[in-house]
Amino acid sequence: MTATDLIAQLQPLVPEATLSPLTAADDDINPTVGVSAEHIEPVCRALCDTPGLEFVAFSDITVADFYPLREPRFDVVYHLVSPQRRARIRLKLQLAGGQPLRSVTSVWPGAGWPEREVFDLFGIVFDGHEDLRRLMMPEDWEGHPLRKDYPVQVRKDAATFMPLQVTEEEFRASVERDRASRPAPEGKR
Amino acid sequence: MGIETDFEIPVVTTQLEKVVQWARRSAIWPVTFGLACCAIEMMAMSCSRYDIARFGAEVFRGSPRQSDLMIIAGRLSRKMAPALRRIYDQMPEPKWVISMGACASCGGVFDNYAIVQGSDQVVPIDVYIPGCPPRPESVIYGIVQLQKKIAAQKM
Repeated sequence: MTATDLIAQLQPLVPEATLSPLTAADDDINPTVGVSAEHIEPVCRALCDTPGLEFVAFSDITVADFYPLREPRFDVVYHLVSPQRRARIRLKLQLAGGQPLRSVTSVWPGAGWPEREVFDLFGIVFDGHEDLRRLMMPEDWEGHPLRKDYPVQVRKDAATFMPLQVTEEEFRASVERDRASRPAPEGKR
Repeated sequence: MGIETDFEIPVVTTQLEKVVQWARRSAIWPVTFGLACCAIEMMAMSCSRYDIARFGAEVFRGSPRQSDLMIIAGRLSRKMAPALRRIYDQMPEPKWVISMGACASCGGVFDNYAIVQGSDQVVPIDVYIPGCPPRPESVIYGIVQLQKKIAAQKM
């Protein structure tokens, strides 16, 4: 299935979105479709739910930063897989610096952590994401390191202490709750 | 007669300090703690080809509470630094630290935001071993240097 075929199938489902076929080196196995940034969620919903498309597996999301060559500076790339049809697709959209993007966690809950990673390293804010915290860098880190205008060789003192994220009572309560939720082992009453 | 036999018992007299130094340097147990590719060389050092058991340092302990030596083997990321400090704090005194390789000593090729530029920002280091990664012989030489250092430590 080429990108043009996909767009012919997809465009009636999301008439408001702008879809365009893009070229890539692996077009034969991985067609690339350009999407308008504000319509990414309905497009993903249609790709996931429509019989005959069934891109039910979210593979990855990544970003390329073209600062200062281009404005809008970011290319956001989604990789989707359809295990039933043994097909792959790549969605690309362009995004300006401070522009928020709609989260696709409502379509694929598994997109949560990849979106957190993108937020952490590129500073792209995902609207509708329930838990948009840093994933890779320390939680109090300033800046987004994979942006092209980030000072990579930043000089900063190393943190030598990180407080526990739960109190002792919370930890005990969590263990007790977990024990209570499991069936008692055989032979133990 | 009996008294004379008592004197026949082999007795060596020495200073307590020397005995303590000898005991400490002859069984330096490192903590099992590898961070990156240097840890592979550290493992090679402990295996039979290089055989660190010759220097009494082959027993890699799984718990910091049983260890005397921490070998920082590899690049130390900023997020790992608090964990490394916690392991160091859990080790009982007396304890020593070897910074193994360029990355642990000064950041090495990783001159960036993610890597601590020298693990001496986090824990006090006794011996720095250069190399990328150091060969097992180098690490053994580092441990021998540490043994000399321990032998010179006053109680």
